[in-house]
Amino acid sequence: MSFHSILYERPEDGIKGQGPAVPDFFVDLNLNQIVDAIIAGREEYGLRPFFLAPLKSVDAIKYRHEIMQELESASLHDAVQSFSQSMHAMREYRGRSDRILNVYVKQGWFLNALEAYCEAVSRLANDLAALAPKSRGLSSFLEYLKKYSESGDFTLLVAETKKVRADLSGAKYALLIRGNQFSVRKYEGEAEYSAEVEKTFEKFKQGAVKDYRIKFSDYLDVNHIEEAALDFVAKQYPEVFQSLESYCSKHADYLDKTIATFDREIQFYAATIDLVAQVKASGLQFCYPGVSDKSKEVYSHEGFDLALAIKLMHENSSVVWNDFFLKGNERIFVVNGPNQGGKTTFARAFAQLHYLASLGCPVPGRDAQLFLFDKIFTHFEREENINDLRSKLEDDLVRIHIILNESTPSSIIVVNELFSSSALPDAVFLGKKVLERIIELDAVCVYVTFLDELSSLEKTVSLLSTVKPENPEVCTYKIVRRPADGLAYAQAIANKYQLSYERIKERVRS
Amino acid sequence: MKVFLMHRDHNFEMQRKLPPNEQALTQDLELGVLLNAMAGDDKFLLEVTRKAILSSLIDLDQIMYRQGTLKDCLKNPHVVRDIYRVAVETTTGEKGIWGWYNPYNSTDQILGRSVKVLSLCVGKLKELRGIVDQHAGEFESEGFRALFAMLKEELSDEYLVGVQGLLSGMESSDGTLIRAELGEGNMGTKYALCKQQDKKQGRMGRVFGKNEPRQFTYSLDAQDDTGIEMLSKLRDRGINDVANTLAQSADHVLGFFTSLRMELAFYVACMNLHELLARKGEPTCFPLPLGRGGRAESFEGLYDASLALKLEKRVMGNDLNAENKDLVIITGANRGGKSTFLRSIGLAQLMMQCGAFVPAKSFSSDVCLGLFTHFKREEDTTMKSGKLDEELKRMSDIVDHLSSDCIVLFNESFAATNEREGSEISRQIVSALLEKRVKVFFVTHQYEFAQSIYEKKMPNAIFLRAERKTGGERTFRVVKGEPLQTSYGEDLYDRIFLGAAPSPASAAPVTS
Repeated sequence: MSFHSILYERPEDGIKGQGPAVPDFFVDLNLNQIVDAIIAGREEYGLRPFFLAPLKSVDAIKYRHEIMQELESASLHDAVQSFSQSMHAMREYRGRSDRILNVYVKQGWFLNALEAYCEAVSRLANDLAALAPKSRGLSSFLEYLKKYSESGDFTLLVAETKKVRADLSGAKYALLIRGNQFSVRKYEGEAEYSAEVEKTFEKFKQGAVKDYRIKFSDYLDVNHIEEAALDFVAKQYPEVFQSLESYCSKHADYLDKTIATFDREIQFYAATIDLVAQVKASGLQFCYPGVSDKSKEVYSHEGFDLALAIKLMHENSSVVWNDFFLKGNERIFVVNGPNQGGKTTFARAFAQLHYLASLGCPVPGRDAQLFLFDKIFTHFEREENINDLRSKLEDDLVRIHIILNESTPSSIIVVNELFSSSALPDAVFLGKKVLERIIELDAVCVYVTFLDELSSLEKTVSLLSTVKPENPEVCTYKIVRRPADGLAYAQAIANKYQLSYERIKERVRS
Repeated sequence: MKVFLMHRDHNFEMQRKLPPNEQALTQDLELGVLLNAMAGDDKFLLEVTRKAILSSLIDLDQIMYRQGTLKDCLKNPHVVRDIYRVAVETTTGEKGIWGWYNPYNSTDQILGRSVKVLSLCVGKLKELRGIVDQHAGEFESEGFRALFAMLKEELSDEYLVGVQGLLSGMESSDGTLIRAELGEGNMGTKYALCKQQDKKQGRMGRVFGKNEPRQFTYSLDAQDDTGIEMLSKLRDRGINDVANTLAQSADHVLGFFTSLRMELAFYVACMNLHELLARKGEPTCFPLPLGRGGRAESFEGLYDASLALKLEKRVMGNDLNAENKDLVIITGANRGGKSTFLRSIGLAQLMMQCGAFVPAKSFSSDVCLGLFTHFKREEDTTMKSGKLDEELKRMSDIVDHLSSDCIVLFNESFAATNEREGSEISRQIVSALLEKRVKVFFVTHQYEFAQSIYEKKMPNAIFLRAERKTGGERTFRVVKGEPLQTSYGEDLYDRIFLGAAPSPASAAPVTS
């Protein structure tokens, strides 16, 4: 199969047009924060659309896993990085060349751009050939790259680039500045002062030195003095400048389209790997999950909310991980427990893991088996919209109704504190109704609620956020499988103050 | 060019990390008093001396190297102070030369300033050379002889003249000749200031030479302000490199003077201390350091230099022969001189191991790998943890850093609980330390602890007591003696509360 794209093995899987719009659940799940963190610093590549387009087949995910895993090796990572850096430099030089009017300078920057391009292509071809990647994507790209870099056109470009550069470097000149006048002539080997100064004071040399050189701003523009000087140099060395001119017009269309596309798309992997490495450095784990579009028996060990982990990483603290699994006909996690106990975080983490898996990215956790969904829906509390005349309860119902209508058995639904503003009997009644619909649908769901009553329906698994036994005011952010009986917290408080049932019996004298 | 007065083979390192218990040592041994006396008002002297005293040498040879240098200083104080003066004048004089800290700095200014600084240095190098020529013969130590020989060799007349010539050549020149190449974007790069060919020869060549170089000249219009500025920028680029080299050279030469100042500072401070103690008539001696591992502490007339500096009258010295002893337990009366004794031991050890003289008539000891103090602290600043907690935590910090052949000085440690518990803690800690070959000095009021060790009749332990004459009079001397159960607190109580035998010191707190 000939090489098409490093992101999609089959052309038909690729993004069409502008790519998809940002889906509703992105903000609820804090996926926007994750994507922002991943693509930060790589704005020039326009990577966001790739993160908005989940893959539709297990094989497409595997195609990316293979590439991503290979790119995690330091040698391949470095090879791609130096390629990207050279390509980036090429674009910078090209931009300068396009902006500047002076023809000698324009041609000078153009030569720099082509040097960077030749360097990028040749080096990557060498590096990849030496590393012999096995993944479908990288090995077929290597084949393409090999053919291109050995082609007559490219080898000629390399040879001519070197020749022109050598000629230009040989054009040494001397400036004599006297008052308001300067002259340019060929350099004739006059001795340099620096060397003599250095030699004279050599004996005093010790250790590190400060750099006193003034940083002159880069030549973004050329002034008439510099232009005049350059004109004189060109007059001193006319043949050199003639060959530069013909070189530039000959190679105006040098850039290969497939290579340019690769340069952009490979950043999807590089960006992901960089962020994963950063988070790993704070002591957390990532894995390549098993993904199935059939089995809903999912699990994760030591998974966590990646958005929260990124935030905490910047505050030098670490996120709490959790395990989960669904077995047999279990489909729904009903999460109960104290406020601020990590319930919503758990729900987010569950959905994030699935979403990241659908992009072919590694996911938080030691290992995982995940479900390839068709759609994700979230129902999170919204800021009340005063322009909207519907009551909050009504609004909740309308939104969940839309979700239930659009979802399929292959969907993932995350519900966070539904009907929290209504009277308790209402909330129980409506909650049960909604859960029954989801149960019937057989979709995978995380349902965060303050209602104990919802945790004992069929297909549901009851989870509890927990507190420290010795200090019940402190949440552990651990979510465990346990029936919601409303007693765990009270028990812990009792122990702390020696007021448990047993202790009261012991302490009260008969 | 290296000064190497502090070490035979490397510079004194101001950046070197001090031992982790630096603060405790300073506080417990009252180093501040000593250091202030040594440094006078000179912050630089203070800092160098503090570093030197706290960074103990282990190697006997290095200690003797410094002793030799210091002996030369004590013999030739005026010459040494004169060299120190030259170093100070150069390093401070440089700061008076208008600098490049203003935002409009240009390579031209850097160049100009560097030439000025280097000219100042050349003058000072000549002065230094003069002192060396006159006095080199009066010095015997390896350190000074090597330094003077190097200065004679490196700062030959020929060299000094050459430097002056180079500097003046750069200040006056007719036009600037800059070589360059085409770099990125065909803009000039690799600029370098070049020497112009001899002017006369150049002109002759131009008039009569056959291969006169083809050159193109651009003359700026007098109204072309931008152009004039651009040309001066271009010139700045051209001389950037040489200005950098000159500025760095100036730093290097100044670095030599800074190093000279730093390597002399410790000795100047020692000379200051020596003069102060001599004026009081207190004895000093060069100690005899012995290899680590042996136990050979013995001294005569050892006193606490910090205390001597504070008091008008002369202070009491102590004698001890603790050969083959790993443990010294000191008991006895409050305000009997126990803490002072403990401090004098710590201080002498530090002074010996930095190569200085020692406040004693004679002093000898094995070098230790680290000196630690565990002194009772008056205030509990932590609030959270109790006093015993705090003491044990400090002890644990010390243990983190201990090894064989370290010394620990305990001063009434673990007394923040009842005597039985405290004694048990002390006993367990001390027994463990001795087994690990740590040398221990322990001032204690814990009779149970002291007595239990005494009863073991360990050959490597020695017991001292603050001397007290019959009738309660204290001599402030510490002498051999087994632990006694009372600590004469009654005397103090009587004196302070009942006004018996009043003395000027009666307002002092009731601690040793």
